[in-house]
Amino acid sequence: MRLRLPAWIYAALICAPAQAGSWRLSEQCPPSFEKRDSRCFLHSNYQQYASLTGAGVGGLKTGLPPLRDGFTPQQIDLGRYLFFDPVLSANGRLACVSCHVPSQGFSDHRVHSIGIDGRAVRRNAPSLWNAGFLKRFFWDGRAHSLEEQAQGPLYNAAEMGNRPEALLKTLNGIPAYRELFAQAFPAAGSAARAPIAAAQVYQALAAFEASLISLNSRYDFYAQGVADALTPHELEGLNIFRSFVARCAECHTPPLFTNQQIAVIGMPEPRGQPFDPGAGPPSGEPLLRGGFKVPSLRNAALTAPYGHGGQFATLRETVAFYTGGRGHAVPAGEHLQLHWHIWEPRLSPTELDRLVDFIGALTDQSFLPTPPAALPSGLPLPPESKRDGESS
Amino acid sequence: MKKSVLTGIVLIALAAWAGYWYGNRHGPRPPAVAARSTADTLAIARQGAGIAADSLPSGAGSGKVITVTAGHSIQDAVLKAQPGDTVQIMPGRYSETVYIDKDGIALVGVIRGGDWPTLDGEGKRNDAVLYSGNGIRVENLKIVNYKGNAIMGQAGNNFVIRHNWIANAGVYGIFPEFAQNGLIEYNTLTGIEDAAIYVGMSDNIEVAHNEVHGNVAGIEAENSRHVIIEHNLAYDNAGGILTFITPGLPIKTAFDVVIRGNFVVANNHKNFGAPGSIVSGVPSGTGIIVMAADDVIIENNLIRDNKNAGIIVSDHKSFANITPDPESDPNPDRVQVLRNLFADNGTDPIKEIKALMLAALTREGPDLVAVGGGSGSCVADRDAIKWLGIGSWSSCSRTDTHDISTYLLDKPAPPRVLSAEDRGKLVYSSVCAGCHAYNVRMIGPPTQILQVLYAGNPQGIADYIAHPVKKRDDFPPMPPQAHLSSDLRLAVAKYMLSLK
Repeated sequence: MRLRLPAWIYAALICAPAQAGSWRLSEQCPPSFEKRDSRCFLHSNYQQYASLTGAGVGGLKTGLPPLRDGFTPQQIDLGRYLFFDPVLSANGRLACVSCHVPSQGFSDHRVHSIGIDGRAVRRNAPSLWNAGFLKRFFWDGRAHSLEEQAQGPLYNAAEMGNRPEALLKTLNGIPAYRELFAQAFPAAGSAARAPIAAAQVYQALAAFEASLISLNSRYDFYAQGVADALTPHELEGLNIFRSFVARCAECHTPPLFTNQQIAVIGMPEPRGQPFDPGAGPPSGEPLLRGGFKVPSLRNAALTAPYGHGGQFATLRETVAFYTGGRGHAVPAGEHLQLHWHIWEPRLSPTELDRLVDFIGALTDQSFLPTPPAALPSGLPLPPESKRDGESS
Repeated sequence: MKKSVLTGIVLIALAAWAGYWYGNRHGPRPPAVAARSTADTLAIARQGAGIAADSLPSGAGSGKVITVTAGHSIQDAVLKAQPGDTVQIMPGRYSETVYIDKDGIALVGVIRGGDWPTLDGEGKRNDAVLYSGNGIRVENLKIVNYKGNAIMGQAGNNFVIRHNWIANAGVYGIFPEFAQNGLIEYNTLTGIEDAAIYVGMSDNIEVAHNEVHGNVAGIEAENSRHVIIEHNLAYDNAGGILTFITPGLPIKTAFDVVIRGNFVVANNHKNFGAPGSIVSGVPSGTGIIVMAADDVIIENNLIRDNKNAGIIVSDHKSFANITPDPESDPNPDRVQVLRNLFADNGTDPIKEIKALMLAALTREGPDLVAVGGGSGSCVADRDAIKWLGIGSWSSCSRTDTHDISTYLLDKPAPPRVLSAEDRGKLVYSSVCAGCHAYNVRMIGPPTQILQVLYAGNPQGIADYIAHPVKKRDDFPPMPPQAHLSSDLRLAVAKYMLSLK
């Protein structure tokens, strides 16, 4: 005999910050995180495995790289409000979520994202799933922390178009945000409420992004020993993926499906676009010209189109690039030092299909965060915030 | 006297015929699987190196033997096998890719009258054996005509790869990557486009008593630590034995590599490495190359008739096809070249080495040449050899490597053993927490409510989650979790009820 609980118990248990008169941040850690000493730490099945030199790369049963965890639940929750809030952009119309759409693998389905006033952003929006494990950010790897990364789109004239002083002035002018920042960053021993600082904005965004964990796909079940978690086609794809003919797993290394290195692989540019020198200029290393960060493939099936310039419409086109011949898409006159794993694998059309099947088995959105019911700025939630379905 | 000899011969012949007849009638003789388990093989490798036997793990091979005969699938047997089992492969031809994603499996061939079990990739299959499990052993297989690798391991620890015959099997022959504690011994490999034996991003590996010839590189240890390469025969490759830090890999260091007692002879094969591969930058005619690796000891090798150079010690800048990596130290430091037998090396060096010879006013090609940066290196008895670029090297204080008996671990690299409670907690966090938050309604009911419903009844949860039925209109049905073992389901349930 099961009890059927009255509805009021649910109501009492459900946090509804927007309905209350004053704004309260969550005291609960996101799913998969455990609260210890008021901070949130990840629990993952991969923590039962070691990883050589702590690099977090290897085979099926290999530990993860270190995660940026240890933020408080309040900081993570504040980051969630900021992430969804267009008040962060210069014109109040563009939020982080506008280009990092939760239902689209925290990317968007555009070749290039659209920035402020319809301006074209140069590169394809990268997924944010598992971003807290990364040590390089942006396609060209120029930032080295989530906090550093956050300042890129905030202040890029073609993206959110803001300036640090303007952003702080806006946020400090919103009493709800004053209240929430004070909850997330309590000033020890100080009665007076300090104004919101830029570093707090970046840290809250970092805390939220580092909470986006996707490690629960059918592939993960297979890796943990559930032998029938993958279909025969996906298993075939896994064996092609890790074979030394296709060599996908050499750079898209489990468990994150990236080895986090910069690789020069000679992908084409989208039609009509000039050559993108990638990591060459920011690294100051001429031999990294045309190099880009190896992206994680987790949830890749959700993030079409693909490539730094969104040049491939489908995963099938993307995997076919690797069998098109070493350097086949390098423009005449460009002399790139292509990565040694770019070679002539001569994969069959069926093998390419199987690779796409396997990448599909890396999909897991079970920890998709809940969008705020309302925003502290009072602005409407961007249409991309919806948990399911496409943005308009 | 004569008669009894004759009778004896007739009797022996009769017995032999009877044995043959019996054998034919009753199939192959009982399992001839090597009685030695993977753990014992590793232990003996340490023992051979002078370690007391009682400090070693006893690796009883207690499992079943599953026999595969030609015409049947090795993979089917692997899927049936449980940790500890041996898949015994009878002579004959097998055309497949075998993958092993579980621990403790031995793939052991049976060789009969010179007939090997042969995995034939027919020039169209990718790899012969792929494994990710720990404690894997691959032994007595002939592997030919694959496109990728013959035997490739990804993060499989405590492995043994021995007594295999590998020819024209692709880019690498034997390729353990991300591994700790493994033995590669008594294999013969030829016709490989990159390194015949490649140890990549690994620790505690021993490569001994192998024969490698007719490959681009014979043996290579790359971005690996604590590696011994000893008593191998490397001849007729473009490069004999290499130890590198290759930049751009996620594991950035290479150190503690001992190269000793090898025969490194006439490695003058044309370099047929794929364009753009790092190994394609290896100059043909080179015995041993140390690129950027640290604390490498080269001792008691016989290094003869390598026409470019006996040993090259190089930094990244001086090597072809290398893209620098700010996270990798580009210089080889503390290389120790102890006594080796050098003869007839450097008879036809590449132009870069000729330029060094010209600058040094010598016409003798080098036994040992160092190019680029690096510090702390030393050489024993430099007057005995032809050298270039080691003017700043000191004389080694070390005379031999007797103190380094093995780099294999005294105990197998352990899997982390978690308590049931901890495993329950991990599964709860990894899986359940996607739908059940503690006190917030997500996709499923809050854990706090389930704690009320199932107070004192963890088994009820364990049973329900294996075969959930839809109970309430206000929640979607729960996906079954029957793939979790019953122990694990109970551990998850207990954790769920204990959560505060």
